[in-house]
Amino acid sequence: MSDIPATKTQGNGRPLALEVVDLRKSFGPVEVLRGISMQAAEGDVISIIGASGSGKSTLLRCINLLEIPNGGDVSIAGELIRMKRTRHGQAPADARQVDRLRARCGMVFQSFNLWTHMTVLENVIEAPIHVLKLPRAEATERADALLRRVGLYERRNYYPGHLSGGQQQRAAIARALAMEPALLLFDEPTSALDPELVGEVLQVMRGIAEEGRTMLIVTHEMAFAREVSSRVIFLHEGLIEEEGPPAQLFEAPRSERCRQFLAGGWKAKRDPAGGVGLTP
Amino acid sequence: MSGNVIAESIPKLLDGAALTVELVAIALAIGIVLAVPLALARVSGRLWLNGPVYGYVFFFRGTPLLVQIFLIYYGLSQFETVREGPLWPILREPYWCAIIAFTLNTAAYTAEIIRGGIQGVPHGEIEAARALGMSRLLVLRRIILPRAFRLALPAYGNEIIILLKASALASTITLLDLTGVARTIIARTYMPIELFAMAGAIYLVITFMITRAIKALEHRLSPHTRPPRPA
Repeated sequence: MSDIPATKTQGNGRPLALEVVDLRKSFGPVEVLRGISMQAAEGDVISIIGASGSGKSTLLRCINLLEIPNGGDVSIAGELIRMKRTRHGQAPADARQVDRLRARCGMVFQSFNLWTHMTVLENVIEAPIHVLKLPRAEATERADALLRRVGLYERRNYYPGHLSGGQQQRAAIARALAMEPALLLFDEPTSALDPELVGEVLQVMRGIAEEGRTMLIVTHEMAFAREVSSRVIFLHEGLIEEEGPPAQLFEAPRSERCRQFLAGGWKAKRDPAGGVGLTP
Repeated sequence: MSGNVIAESIPKLLDGAALTVELVAIALAIGIVLAVPLALARVSGRLWLNGPVYGYVFFFRGTPLLVQIFLIYYGLSQFETVREGPLWPILREPYWCAIIAFTLNTAAYTAEIIRGGIQGVPHGEIEAARALGMSRLLVLRRIILPRAFRLALPAYGNEIIILLKASALASTITLLDLTGVARTIIARTYMPIELFAMAGAIYLVITFMITRAIKALEHRLSPHTRPPRPA
């Protein structure tokens, strides 16, 4: 295991924000990830699509070690996460390194996971103050700017329970951005929202993508993935089945499974009338 | 005559009440400090931590407080090593024996109350904190324990009141707490109804104040459960 040099770049000369090599994860006898390798250069917006159970969320959660992978390497901004062997497989070798690298990967969850006993503003300044050790005034200034951007400045003193799902998710995005992360992980950020609230969250995400932030987005919003992504990855049963620019993957998928997936259901998941049924 | 006794009893009963409050307050203060690490041991998932604490909690919740008091006050003095040990000046005092028994008893109950609170903190909120790079200790201090205390507060208020009333057992080892004072005066005057009624009334007043204090604290700690104030 040699450290990957921080200057390692993809073909296009931009440094790598993320490199994953042969990542494997099992839950008991179930192999969820069976050897995933991928890279994200700085500024890449990568959408990860695939059927339920294909390993999309697990991949995201292995990148910031919310799940401990059974094998493979993850490097964030050129720094390899060191692992050690244990009786049960492997574990992070250095908990501090994991904390430090997590602080550089923002994560936005399907169920928002705001701290309900804190106001929106307190949610956003918590980690900058206690992890990055920013002075409170500076953290508040940064938070206010972000809350303006996600359209929640007027609600900064509200508690999460007093906000709609879309507002909560926008606050959660501001909380992630407040750490100025090198990489943003979105785990189905709109799947728990009422259909009429999806748009406002996607709007905020679109703005972040346009800023040139590196993003990994697990999503079922195909139109959105197609519009904002620089690359799309289709996962099937724990492997990358197909990968390419959105135009290619959505227009002319090479893999039969990907074609079936795109044809069967997800596109029609939200019909224009607002229904949410899966069409057969 | 009886009016005279009642009037003379009141200051003595209030002295007793002061001792009652003192015993309960000291036991609660030490008890909660012990209960937090005990609760953490209970949720640690490690048998060598959880096992002994489980045994401790099982004993102190499973036996009467009166038995615990007697075991400490009368039981320990049976052992010569205790009588000659360095702690004897403390262990021979009924005051400290009562405090030790109350403390160990309330710590066991409080540990279970806090454990419930800790387990009530939504997993996603802990995960979000970890994902932002907060260390285990920081997550505990900033997210888990503040949430757990809020969740545990109503049950803990109950524990305070239960201990207040259970503290009447201190009178069985010669302490002149509120009940002890009442019993002493009754032994002299044969007026059990009047004196127990007065003692009961004082317990009620103390309970009322505790209830109000807990309610105020709950209100202060839970602005997120009320409708938003206009910004």
